[in-house]
Parts: sequence; C-alpha cells; structure tokens
Amino acid sequence: MTAVSAPVIEVRRAILPPSGGVRGVLSDAFWRKPTLLLLIMLLPPVLWLGIVYIGSLIALLAQSFFSIDEFSGLINHELTLKTYGDLLQPANVDIIIRTVVMAACVTLASIVVAFPIAYYAARYARGRWKALFYLGVMLPLWSSYLVKIYAWKLILAKEGILNWLLAKLHLLWVLDAWLSLPYVGGNSLSVSFTGTFIVFVYVWLPFMILPMQAALERVPANLVEASSDLGASPRQTFRTVIFPLALPGIVAGSIFTFSLTLGDYIVPQIVGTSRLFIGQAVYAQQGTAGNIPLAAAFTVVPIVIMGFYLWGAKKLGAFDAL
Amino acid sequence: MTAAVSFRQVSRHFGSVRAVDAVDLDVGAGEFFAMLGPSGSGKTTCLRLIAGFEQPTSGSISIFGERAEGVPPYRRNVNTVFQDYALFPHLNILDNVAYGLMVKGIGKAERYKAAEEALSLVQLPGYGARRPGQLSGGQRQRVALARALVNQPRVLLLDEPLGALDLKLRENMQEELKALQKALGITFVFVTHDQGEALSMADRVAVFNDGRIMQVGTPEEIYQRPATRFVADFVGSSNVLPPDFVQRWSGQHRWASLRPEAIRVGRKVAGEGVPARLVSTNYLGATTKLLLEAEGLRLHATVPAGAALPEAGEEVTLTFNREQLHLMEEGA
Repeated sequence: MTAVSAPVIEVRRAILPPSGGVRGVLSDAFWRKPTLLLLIMLLPPVLWLGIVYIGSLIALLAQSFFSIDEFSGLINHELTLKTYGDLLQPANVDIIIRTVVMAACVTLASIVVAFPIAYYAARYARGRWKALFYLGVMLPLWSSYLVKIYAWKLILAKEGILNWLLAKLHLLWVLDAWLSLPYVGGNSLSVSFTGTFIVFVYVWLPFMILPMQAALERVPANLVEASSDLGASPRQTFRTVIFPLALPGIVAGSIFTFSLTLGDYIVPQIVGTSRLFIGQAVYAQQGTAGNIPLAAAFTVVPIVIMGFYLWGAKKLGAFDAL
Repeated sequence: MTAAVSFRQVSRHFGSVRAVDAVDLDVGAGEFFAMLGPSGSGKTTCLRLIAGFEQPTSGSISIFGERAEGVPPYRRNVNTVFQDYALFPHLNILDNVAYGLMVKGIGKAERYKAAEEALSLVQLPGYGARRPGQLSGGQRQRVALARALVNQPRVLLLDEPLGALDLKLRENMQEELKALQKALGITFVFVTHDQGEALSMADRVAVFNDGRIMQVGTPEEIYQRPATRFVADFVGSSNVLPPDFVQRWSGQHRWASLRPEAIRVGRKVAGEGVPARLVSTNYLGATTKLLLEAEGLRLHATVPAGAALPEAGEEVTLTFNREQLHLMEEGA
C-alpha cells in the first residue's frame, strides 16, 4: 500500500465576509430585520390603496351627506340626510331592487353553470385537458369586454343567429312564449332583461369558475373516499363534504359576480331595456344631471349590500373551512 | 367457516403496471392480518380493493362469502383507517365520529351517544367539541379509529395507520390496537411496510412484492422459515447465503437464510468454522450488531451487549448449527 499524503485543502474561514458593496450590506440588514423588507415592499401599495383609493372613496361617501340646490344646481356643503331621502323615492328604489334581483339571479345562475365545469377541472382534468380548461376560461378575458357585449347584442337580436337557429329547430314558439312574459320579456332578447341576464352570466362566469375550481382542488380526494367508506352515497358526500369545503370558493366567486353586476353600467345600456340599473343611475347622476350627492348615495347601496352579504356568509359558516 | 375476505386470482392493472397480479388470499374471520411489503408492492392496492375504492381488473373478491366486485364502497360494511386519517376539517370531532351514523339516518341523540362511546373506547372522552386541526397526530389517529369502529364494520382496514407517529407513541398504539382487536373480535387487515410492526401485531402476515404474495404465514413462520430470498431479506435482517456456500454445509445446492443471532463469533481457529474478518460494529443497546466479511460475503451477526468483542479488522471464526440454516424454495 502506498503512503497516503495528506490532502491539500485551503484553510477556509468559518464565517464568510459580506458580499461586496451596498447589496451585501442590504441583504444582511433585510435578513436581520425581515419586517424592514416587508415595510419597503408594502409601502407603495398601502399608499396607493390608502390615499388614492380609500381616500377618494371616503371623499365620495362624504358627498352623499351633502345636498344639491334644486334651483341653482349648486352643491350645498352642509351635512344632511336629504339626499338619502331622495334615494328612497319610488323610482330610485325600483332601480335598486331591479339591480339587486338581477345580481342575485346572475350569481345563482353562475354558480349552477360554473360548478360542473370547476368540478371537472379540479377533480378530473389533468395535463393537456387542464391547460385547455384554463385557456377556455381565460381566453374570453383577453378580448375587449365591449366587443363581447356588442357581439352578444347581435347574437340575441331578432335577426341574430339565435333566432335563426331556433327557427331552424322549429322552436321559435318557445322564445316567443318567453318574450311575451311580463318583465323578463320584450321585443327581442337583445332588448329584454333576459338578454341582460344572459350577457351578465357570460361576462362574469370566469370570475365564478376560477375561485370555485381553486376551492374544489383543495378538497383532498381521500376525504371523498373516507365519506364513501363511511357509507355516504355520492349525493350525501356531495352535500356533506364537497359542498361545505367548496363553499369559501363559491362565496368568493359570488362576491365577484354579485358586486360586478351591482356596479356595471355598460351591459344593461347595450343589451336590455331602457330601465336603469344602479351603475347607470350613478353614471347619469354624476354626469348629465350633475347631482354628485345622489350619485354618491347610489354608490353607497352596493357597499352596504355587500357588507350584509359578507356578514351573512360568515354567519352561515362559509369561511369556517378557510 | 367462511373467510372474512377472500381473493381468487385477483389482478389490478394500471395501464401496463401490474399493481396486483393474480393474488389468492384468505383472511379468517376475527383475524389480525397484516399485509407487509415495500412501497409499490401492491399491499395498499389490495386494501383499496377490499374497501371498494379500486375494482379488480380480473379475479373475484368476496367479503364474508358475498361477492364484492362492482359493489361501491358505501354499500360495504367495511371501514378504513386512512394513512393520513382523512378527518373532515369542517366538522368537529364528535360529528366526524358520528358521520357514518349520520349518513345512515340515525337520530342526533343516538348517534352522538354512540360517538361518545367510541371516543371513550379510544381514550379520547370529552374531545368531541374540538376540531381535527386542534389535535396531535396521535389523537387524530385515534379519532380516525373511533370514526371507523362506531359503524361496527365486519372488517376494519388500516392503511399504515401508525406511519406518521413517533416511536414511543407507535409502540403504545401497537399494543392498544392489538388489545382492541382482541376485545372487539373484528377482523383487522393492516397494511404496513414495517416488518417489526407486522410481526409483533398480526396473527398472520402476507409478504408482498411486485404485486404478488411471496409468503403467507404466522409471524414465526415468516421470520424463522422465509420461503424466498426476498422474504428473508425484507423481513428482519437475515443473512442470505448463496447456493455454493450452502452446499458445503447442507449438501444441497440451494439458497438459504441464517438469522444473525444464530452466528457465533469466536477467536480465529484454523480449520474450523468459517474464517471471517470483522468490518465494523454497531451498538444497538441490548445487542451489538457485527458486520463481517467471509468468502466475499457480507454477513451480520448480533451478540448480546456486554460480550467480549473483537476489534474491527481482526480475523475471527464464525460457527453456527447446521439446523439453523434454513433452505429456501428457490433453487440456484
């Protein structure tokens, strides 16, 4: 056996010096005080949200406690509840009810349409099919919202493809029967609340599918197996395990669809009747009418409704599984 | 007497992978049966076939004499304790345990009473109001057990239920599970990759490899008389001896196994026993494990603590009784 010479190893320091320059010093400082880094990262968005966004929102809300002088059209800067009195006039209450009912219907329909899609994507789609799912859900978001709404106006018009298709299928009588109904009907789908509803469901659907899919994805497969193992039929498993665990996602999605519908003023303007929704009322009051206080009071309505909505959802335990 | 579970030529293939391949198996009623094997050996798939989560590609499965193919899990009076417990995070402990009774439509008062009793059985009385997230791993494991037992299953399946627990807790649970099985008389089918666990708890053990059963027998049979090289190798620390070596001692050209404790390590005596060299020693508390090299083979021997030990590198002589040499089924 040959003698083994001691390996030549450079004697290395146990503690390395900071890497060169300001960067090294900064890295060390941030490592020692992680809150410092957090503060620096959070400061710009907090300033933006705090001052520009929340600040202007508060300014807007303050406006709702001012009133307008009906003769001069000038704003009277004294605090009063007069504008809220105006808000409760029958015509305005109609607008609020119409908008809330529409938002609720759109949300319910979105849940029903989105659930099977989200369920399939979360539990069965793998690889290529999953990519296709994301593409299918996101693709509509890449094209302009206005283009899509005008496209729908054409689809739903009397001369549109839907009428043509139903005529070919000899099902035009179904559409005519529906359109002859009061309130939901009209001359054609594109000038009825049904049309508004269809377009709302279409444009907000991705905002329901994505959170729902994320929530369903987080339901471990073995909980479904455990439920089945303990004797629950698929229906019982759905009701007692899958649905409660997916509820936070459903609530998140419904917050999107509900609040987006409450505030939208473009869809009902292009597709639907001439009767106003909250968004259109705000637009009209702050624009042509120049009644900023009433416009501000109108914007308070969706905020209050969403507050109650979240409070109710929390009461029902929608966020327990978070 | 009908078997609790019987497999006849059961196969489960996933594409080209034969997870379970032509398995025949009979688990007796009231038996504590362990399925032992390395990961991917098909033992968990067998358990899932009994539970109904998987359907056999071919072959037949009966549970207490009734055919089970095509029967969904919720129509089998069989319950599973899952490896990671699978407790429902949105329900408290009492509702978790009462779940099986709830879906069967049993009234609130009655099912909560049964659930409380089941929690007492696993020594967690009064934990009902807590959430699964507030319990330790060992406690969750007990809740999973209570949730399965409250349904009074004909067969209880346990999928590596002790895998996530630390050593001390695991030893306690082993004893408790065994006592519980004796007291309740329910058939337990237990999946594990830990041979010590299988040998210490089970009435009978099936050793799996590559989707097939290598050997079924009592722990003693498996340990003392392994049927194949794989079993000898996997169950405990047997020395596996090649046919050429075995022929000189037994006259038969076959593979054999030799338990480490059967080897005596002594001073070098020319012309006797097997000359060997001590490579290293490994102190294990009650015993010391010696790694030896003899005729190009690596052998393990265990000696009781306190015995005089040779130095590493020293030449020694190994002796053993020929009867201790266990010949295996496989030929050369």
